[in-house]
Amino acid sequence: MRLVYVTLKYLAVCLWSMFVIAPFLWALSTSFKDFNSVTGGATYIPWVDFEPSLEGWRVLLRSPAQGGVNIVEPYFNSIFVTCSASLISIILGTLAAYALSRFTFKAGFVKNNDITFFFISQRIMPPIVLSIPFFIMLGKLGLLDSLMGLIVVYIVLLMPIAVWIMVDFFNKVPKEIDETALIDGCNPYQAFYKVVLPNSIPGLIVAGLFCMIFGWTDFFFAFILTFTEVQLLPVAIVALNSSITPWWSLSAAALVCVAPLIVVAFIVERYLSKGNLSGALK
Amino acid sequence: MSLKVSNLSLKPDAEFHLDDVSFEMSKGKIYTVIGRTLSGKTTLLKTIAGLIRPDSGEMSLDGANFGAVPVWKRQVAMVYQQFINYPHLTVYDNVAFPLKQRKLPMAEIDTRVMQALAQVGLQGFENRKIQALSGGQQQRVALARSLVKEASILLLDEPLVNLDYKLREQLREEFKNIFSAKASENAILIYSTTDPVEAMQLGGEIIVMDEGRILQQASAQEIYENPKTTKVAQITNDPAMNLFEGEIVDIHLVLSPTIRLELPPHLAALPRGRYTFGIRASGITLDSAGFPFQIELAEISGSETFLHLQHEQVHVVGLLDSVQNFDIGQTVTAGIDSSSLYAFDQSGNLVASPYGGTK
Repeated sequence: MRLVYVTLKYLAVCLWSMFVIAPFLWALSTSFKDFNSVTGGATYIPWVDFEPSLEGWRVLLRSPAQGGVNIVEPYFNSIFVTCSASLISIILGTLAAYALSRFTFKAGFVKNNDITFFFISQRIMPPIVLSIPFFIMLGKLGLLDSLMGLIVVYIVLLMPIAVWIMVDFFNKVPKEIDETALIDGCNPYQAFYKVVLPNSIPGLIVAGLFCMIFGWTDFFFAFILTFTEVQLLPVAIVALNSSITPWWSLSAAALVCVAPLIVVAFIVERYLSKGNLSGALK
Repeated sequence: MSLKVSNLSLKPDAEFHLDDVSFEMSKGKIYTVIGRTLSGKTTLLKTIAGLIRPDSGEMSLDGANFGAVPVWKRQVAMVYQQFINYPHLTVYDNVAFPLKQRKLPMAEIDTRVMQALAQVGLQGFENRKIQALSGGQQQRVALARSLVKEASILLLDEPLVNLDYKLREQLREEFKNIFSAKASENAILIYSTTDPVEAMQLGGEIIVMDEGRILQQASAQEIYENPKTTKVAQITNDPAMNLFEGEIVDIHLVLSPTIRLELPPHLAALPRGRYTFGIRASGITLDSAGFPFQIELAEISGSETFLHLQHEQVHVVGLLDSVQNFDIGQTVTAGIDSSSLYAFDQSGNLVASPYGGTK
């Protein structure tokens, strides 16, 4: 019975792994194909099924004048915008979440939960509704088609995620830990950064990860709010498309695009399982 | 050194959490605050710690206004009923935390931390993570952290309540010795509990609280012998003191149409009339010359048996010093030791006690 259970468990893990890994393998394989290899029927193994070509990758580095789409600058733009917006969102969101978790706010019928919902309600609105005011506001501030403008917009979009995740996390951190820190000689700010924050690392990582994913993968605002000066990676990738869909370049671009998130996920994974609150309150 | 609390009140919503609380505490003594859940014990301790700001009232330590001092500057330490520690720090760093906050020299921190760990029996655990400790050990760490601070006021909010029975018994004894040593260092120890046994064992002075009010403050012996009201009698006894209505008629005490007792000498001087009578479970025993009672429930607790008995309108809990099995609904004869009876007037105030206390 146990053998059957173990076999089924490993089978399920293998199936799931295939489900996750197969698209990457498919994209990797396609990125080394050319027009003929892509349109000539299903092929999988380079040198056996098809002759590998680096054309798909070269296009990503060539300038538009040479018929390519240079993604190096958009790539670093995306990294800069995503990291900056995520970091600021996490800092502001964490402070807001801590206040919402620990202090009672009341203005008429509006209480803490309503304020938290107000934050997350920003994410419920369809992006198109937000795009027009964003466009007008950035225009008036002279921030259209600039990295700074995109960072400001992304902070507005990402901070609700940080607040939402961190409020929930702080609610699970016993209030008595803060109180103990105060009794042990910390002022409220010290209690926050010396005690509460170190015990909230898993929450910060989850919030940071979500912010980075949402920021990194956004196409809509990056497309609407930029023209010629600044370009982010998702917009640059779309620019690859022409009358003939270049699957090989798109696959290479997709891999390049997803790589940072995979690296980040691998780095933070151990912290997610390591830091927990057991022992704070039993 | 003395802590003086005057007219503390806190009413955050419809009900008082603290209702005109006043008391004075002296250094070198242990004070036990006893009360049921939500009686205001934790609120009182947190108010003394500075974590809760009262609506009104004053606190002074050695004559200086204590209420105006921010919590992180107060010379207080606190142990919670939950085992509150810093999970990201080792045992050593947990205990050293308040000293590092004060920026004491490392050598002094090291000496004091090792002393505190030795005091609570945690030598050799310095480098362990909090998560790797048992519940009892975690609470020892919390206690060590509160001791290392050498605070003027040590607040202990039901520190043993979340431990299992065996460990509670063991730590109760150990903690009592630690507290006595601490009290001799001229600190004020305030220990809150719901457990009358714990309160009596710790000795010292007892403050009985209910619904945010102090019902009585006196020595453990005085509270035991002369509980001021029926509420105090119930809160400070486990099981709660049996209370039933009755009447003194001539030389008899009538508890029900069929339960008539000889009037004991300590009640003889009371004016004839109706009273609430109280008796501890130990005053109800199985006695063939007693009255027929129906067993409603028989609870075995350790080496004792608690019997919940009913006869007409009289409901009592009796205590047997042995383990016995009874059937629910079974009829037994039980005696009421009239010499152990307390008498309370119709307002619930003590008017006669077997130990001689009166209103």
